[in-house]
Amino acid sequence: MSASVALSLTVNGRRRRLRVPPMKRLLDVLREDCGLTGTKEGCGEGECGACTVLMDGLAVNACLVPAVQADGARILTVEGLAKGPALSVLQRAFVERGGTQCGICTPGILVTAHALLQRAKGRVPAAVEVRVALAGNLCRCTGYQKIVDAVRAAATARKPRAAARARPPRAAAKARRSAPRGRGVRR
Amino acid sequence: MRAALSTLEVARPRSLDHALALLHDSLGHGRLVPLAGGTDLFVSLNAGQVPGTRYLDLGSLRELRGVRERAGALVLGAMTTFSEIREHALVRRRYPALAAAAAEIGAWQIQNRGTLGGNIANASPAGDSLPVLMVLEAVVHARSVRGAREVPFSGLFRGYRDLALEPDELITAVSLPAAPARAQQFFRKVGTRRAQSISKVVLAGLLRLGRDGRVDLARVSLGSVAPVTLRARRAERVLLGAKPSATASAAARAALLEDIAPIDDIRSDREYRLLVSGNVLEQFLRAAAPRFARG
Repeated sequence: MSASVALSLTVNGRRRRLRVPPMKRLLDVLREDCGLTGTKEGCGEGECGACTVLMDGLAVNACLVPAVQADGARILTVEGLAKGPALSVLQRAFVERGGTQCGICTPGILVTAHALLQRAKGRVPAAVEVRVALAGNLCRCTGYQKIVDAVRAAATARKPRAAARARPPRAAAKARRSAPRGRGVRR
Repeated sequence: MRAALSTLEVARPRSLDHALALLHDSLGHGRLVPLAGGTDLFVSLNAGQVPGTRYLDLGSLRELRGVRERAGALVLGAMTTFSEIREHALVRRRYPALAAAAAEIGAWQIQNRGTLGGNIANASPAGDSLPVLMVLEAVVHARSVRGAREVPFSGLFRGYRDLALEPDELITAVSLPAAPARAQQFFRKVGTRRAQSISKVVLAGLLRLGRDGRVDLARVSLGSVAPVTLRARRAERVLLGAKPSATASAAARAALLEDIAPIDDIRSDREYRLLVSGNVLEQFLRAAAPRFARG
């Protein structure tokens, strides 16, 4: 046992090797050792969700995760959502729908919503599903409605592309063949 | 104020046996504090309360993970998270009350980290999974360097945050016996909101009517209304053999008030908890057998 441990973790696709105290919070490792300050500290007790990041694909409060337990994990922070200067569909939906006001909760909400959309696999989640998924992310400005609208708008926008990608080639070809016939019958 | 986390040390065992040896050897010179999902521990640390300076990381022990069927029982590894419980097909089918409790513990972020073993070991009288485990008559599997043993849930809580476990024992798993056939399961947590809150009152129940229409199985357990999670034995005795009616419901409610001893604290007060415990009991009875609502 020692006061610092060597960790290896993948943050937003980039492999990082760090030497940090084992009980240092993942939140502080990300902000101080990785220089990723997009992840915010709100309450520091797992209530507000401002520090939400994905750890191996699952939303966690980074203020409650010791560095030692993040060893070997894949971490996604809000910085990992955009591709360079191009915002993700979800981020754009938040801008366009007014899903953000003061902004302190936004990184955590985007990350949790990103996890929800990944789980939904192209399906548009019902409003209640969005609210349950985001129940651990507090926002004191928006009243949540525009956040829920933005998440569902992003799911709708992602849907055609995601569905086309998810469909195996043979099923896609079959769908193309059967589609015109279907319309013909109805006419 | 936040604790100085940089001075805390962590032992990283290679296996469960290694962990048990480390834990045993630490007795007498600063016991290692077991670290599961950290969702309770880090709330304390972030508030400046340090339960120890040396920790035992259970996160990488495969022996503590996974859900298996064994001789009709379902065995959940101590490090099974509430997300895993919430989504597990067998849990949802056979133990819907446990799945319901798992879905109301914190929110996604907590359910992804918080573990069943951690909820038990933390031994909070407000632990939301505990009343469900109590009515399902779960068995806690504990291990130490001396070997393995089983502790029935009914004998687990000795007093406020005091478990019938030795300081060098770890909870390795929890087994759930087959749920009684045709019994209705119920879970209800009352807090300031559905997510993220610590319970003011939490109740789990099992109820079954026999062929003669009388109650032939009744189990009720509550949290946040006494120093420990408890079985409401007086209420259960009143219910057993009763024909469902509003009168029987009122009698069970009166008996329940003798079972519990709530206090005033930061989350609620005694009077509210007495009233709401009775309300939730009656809600449970009506949900299990609608005749409990009728005169």
